[in-house]
Amino acid sequence: MATITPVKPIAPLDDATVRFCGDSGDGMQLAGTQFTNTSALAGNDVATFPDFPAEIRAPRGTKAGVSGFQVHFSSHDIYTPGDTVDALVAMNPAALVTNLEDLRDGGVLIINKDAFDKKGLEQAGYKTNPLEDGSLDHYSMHAVEMTKLNRLAVEGFGLTQKEADLCRNFFAMGLVFWLYDRSLEPTLRFIAQKFGKRPEVAEANTASLRAGYNYGETVEAMNTQYQVAPAKLPPGKYRNIMGNTALAYGLIAAARLSGKRLFLGAYPITPASDILHELASHKNFDVLTFQAEDEIAAITSTIGAAFAGEMAVTASSGPGIALKAEGMGLAVMTELPMLIISVQRGGPSTGLPTKTEQADLFQAMYGRNGECPIPVIAARGPADCFDAAQEAWRIATRFMTPVILLTDGYIANGSEPWRIPELSALRRTEITHPTGTENGDPFLPYQRNERLARPWAVPGTPGLMHRIGGLEKQDVTGNVSYDPLNHEHMVHTRAKKVALIADDVPPQEVDGPESGDLLVVSWGGTYGACATAVHKVQQRGGSVAHCHLRYLNPLPKNLGDILKSYQQVLVPELNLGQLRTLLRATYLVDCIGHNKVQGKPFSVGELVEKIDGMLSVK
Amino acid sequence: MSIETALTVLKPTDFASDQDVRWCPGCGDYSILAQMKKVLPTLGVPREKTVFISGIGCSSRFPYYMNTYGVHSIHGRAPAVATGLKCVRPDLQVWVITGDGDGLSIGGNHLMHAIRRNLDINIVLFNNRIYGLTKGQYSPTSPLGQKTKSTPMGAIDNPLHPLSIAIGCEATFVARSIDTNINHLGEVLKRAAEHPGASFVEVYQNCNVFNDGAWDYAKDRDTKMDTTLELQHGKPLIFGKLREKGIRLNGMNPEVVELGKGITEDDLLFHDERSPEPSLAYLLSRMRYEDGFPEPIGVFRSVDAPRYDVLINGQIDEAIQKRGKGDLEALFNSGDTWTVE
Ligand code: SF4
Repeated sequence: MATITPVKPIAPLDDATVRFCGDSGDGMQLAGTQFTNTSALAGNDVATFPDFPAEIRAPRGTKAGVSGFQVHFSSHDIYTPGDTVDALVAMNPAALVTNLEDLRDGGVLIINKDAFDKKGLEQAGYKTNPLEDGSLDHYSMHAVEMTKLNRLAVEGFGLTQKEADLCRNFFAMGLVFWLYDRSLEPTLRFIAQKFGKRPEVAEANTASLRAGYNYGETVEAMNTQYQVAPAKLPPGKYRNIMGNTALAYGLIAAARLSGKRLFLGAYPITPASDILHELASHKNFDVLTFQAEDEIAAITSTIGAAFAGEMAVTASSGPGIALKAEGMGLAVMTELPMLIISVQRGGPSTGLPTKTEQADLFQAMYGRNGECPIPVIAARGPADCFDAAQEAWRIATRFMTPVILLTDGYIANGSEPWRIPELSALRRTEITHPTGTENGDPFLPYQRNERLARPWAVPGTPGLMHRIGGLEKQDVTGNVSYDPLNHEHMVHTRAKKVALIADDVPPQEVDGPESGDLLVVSWGGTYGACATAVHKVQQRGGSVAHCHLRYLNPLPKNLGDILKSYQQVLVPELNLGQLRTLLRATYLVDCIGHNKVQGKPFSVGELVEKIDGMLSVK
Repeated sequence: MSIETALTVLKPTDFASDQDVRWCPGCGDYSILAQMKKVLPTLGVPREKTVFISGIGCSSRFPYYMNTYGVHSIHGRAPAVATGLKCVRPDLQVWVITGDGDGLSIGGNHLMHAIRRNLDINIVLFNNRIYGLTKGQYSPTSPLGQKTKSTPMGAIDNPLHPLSIAIGCEATFVARSIDTNINHLGEVLKRAAEHPGASFVEVYQNCNVFNDGAWDYAKDRDTKMDTTLELQHGKPLIFGKLREKGIRLNGMNPEVVELGKGITEDDLLFHDERSPEPSLAYLLSRMRYEDGFPEPIGVFRSVDAPRYDVLINGQIDEAIQKRGKGDLEALFNSGDTWTVE
């Protein structure tokens, strides 16, 4: 007998935000990733925010062990993972208590009822059971016996109870897939690929996924489905990409297009390690990954590879960058091209390893002894890491200098659709190495071209043998020199060389009116929140423009004029005002800060409020 | 070009750079530099394919005096710089010049890891048991009780012994020589260069300004036959002016014995530099003058083992063989994609 499933209404939505949260062993990152990919494949614009604990396995059921993954998907362009959550999946009481405040009133709340036992409630600090005390009444709550239903679904596949419970995230996924009318196909493909070698596990996960979906379809309490239409993104072929992956791809592309081997010297550190992992899996691109004994060896091996004439990169985060400071000084002194990638996290010291912050701008600008200028550029979002990596390498080789590329934990782990570029559209970095000197003249390793870049003579080239090092160089010859005036000349030369990069990069652009009441200046991973907030206020007719900086050292040549074209300047940063200090010092322009250091990105709402506040007092 | 280079017969002076050598007159470094310049032309490696990398300290000025490629890097980091260089350019001959402070104190970690990875590089540690460049503080190899500017009442840290460290890291080539023993030093450097894998050479070097005479017992014409022992592969350990003494194993411990009186060469310990087990070499590295032993010089250990520089490039070849040479387009399009019209 066929069951008759009543057709449930489908409500169209512009966009929606879903957060999966549970114990770090509950597979919430996987659930989030699958939902993201499915939404992206359905044509939505997506933005994600994975949020995981610093401890790998904090005690089960505790607040310290809660792991979350937020997905914002939309039928129009979006730049942030969303301020508030429309649907929250909480796998246990600890996940509920730590995430509930972000769920909007009336939002959908899906709960694994089976986890709300005495122990679970105690661990989360609940005195009464929130499922029973009425405190969740203003949400559209579905308390599902997920553990029980899931065990029933996978019965007969020969799994242990522990293995059966590991499928529970697929049940939760299935339910959310139904809620947003999503196809199961991409996840079924994923299951087949990932668990192909263990058919019983593949079948069990499939059964869980379907059981979750069917639960939504059949249970009367789930009475509405939602649908988010495809977004009108620029035409092209897309894939979803995480920041660290995009960065690794950018490095691989830059090496290939400049005819170089790629060497990465790195030491494991959160949240930069995924760059090492990603590159290590692409050795067939002539990528050498060296997991060094420490951060110092990571950068000094990078210097060795740069001297050898290849594309050399090191990647780390704040504490590791601190250890690399002396090495960066040597890189500046030897004027060798290389990239130093800093994926910022909460500091100081070990700080908040898994949380985001942008408080290492000063470290990048100044964190070395002596007058030690290094160009600094910052990526603004996950997909942008691809372009930023290539641009950093272009600058490094054109100017013979190390370049610092800043990203942060938020964009490194976050993901968004990436329009896959045509190879022909990628910029090739032409590199020339000297091949000899004329008529047996001595080789002059510190003779400079019009950009003040010195020649990159590579070992193995006859006649160009030369020695470089950390001691001050005599101009032109590169010989050791302690001459006072030569030192001053060299300090100025190194500074001027970096300053000249401003002539080689596009002028700064502004999104919005060329002058007006307020300019919002941002850099790095806060781009999405700032752009969205400014657009919102602009749509209401507010006189506000947005200027997002990619180039932080040197600053764009026209930035001073831009800053002076507005009545007020607002600089929102996830630090105590580092760019603001830099802008005030450089341009003598008053800038107001909006600063937050909670290990979390900005919400659009708080920026809109700040902008509105500043516009109203003008 | 390469044919021309191959045909050129180089002389020691071809390896001298145009820079004035600035070590103190009488410093042991001069002799090491001279031997290096003598050895390099015999190796058949062109100058442009040779790279010297150093850290900080008196010895680390070495690259400036060589007409090869060179990096005078930062304190203790030369082995790491050399690692990056050798990984991407295994065709280059790479020398690391370091000292007791540079290599064993601030750079101990890098030294240890470069050795255990067995990259094909040659590490020469000039051991003068003092910080020379910073004007006379005690170093990690200074003996207990040594009075220096920073230890007016005598050093209280137990010294490190470079070869024990290297052998502890299972170095595949370990040797010792003495700055003034020029023929021996030349031989040892040549063998170090020819060894495929990480070679570690300790050179007893006299700092005549801050620690003069630290190695006199091993250099003095009158005493050196009794205080040092020249190792020879497959030969018994014999020393003394009249070659009248030897080293015998008593259980796990070496002891000095007089030959004759019922003790023959066959009773002595025979040197086996190719022993896969590093224990024998370690035992030799622990024979100390202050404990009444002659200190061995020569090659302690020379064995073959996989090399990091070969392996890291081998994995690339293997990846290309298995998956084909990386294709950017395929990489970008990997995973799920969708098209927006
Ligand atoms: S201080 Fe000592 S080691 Fe340094 S150059 Fe002078 S004599 Fe040689």
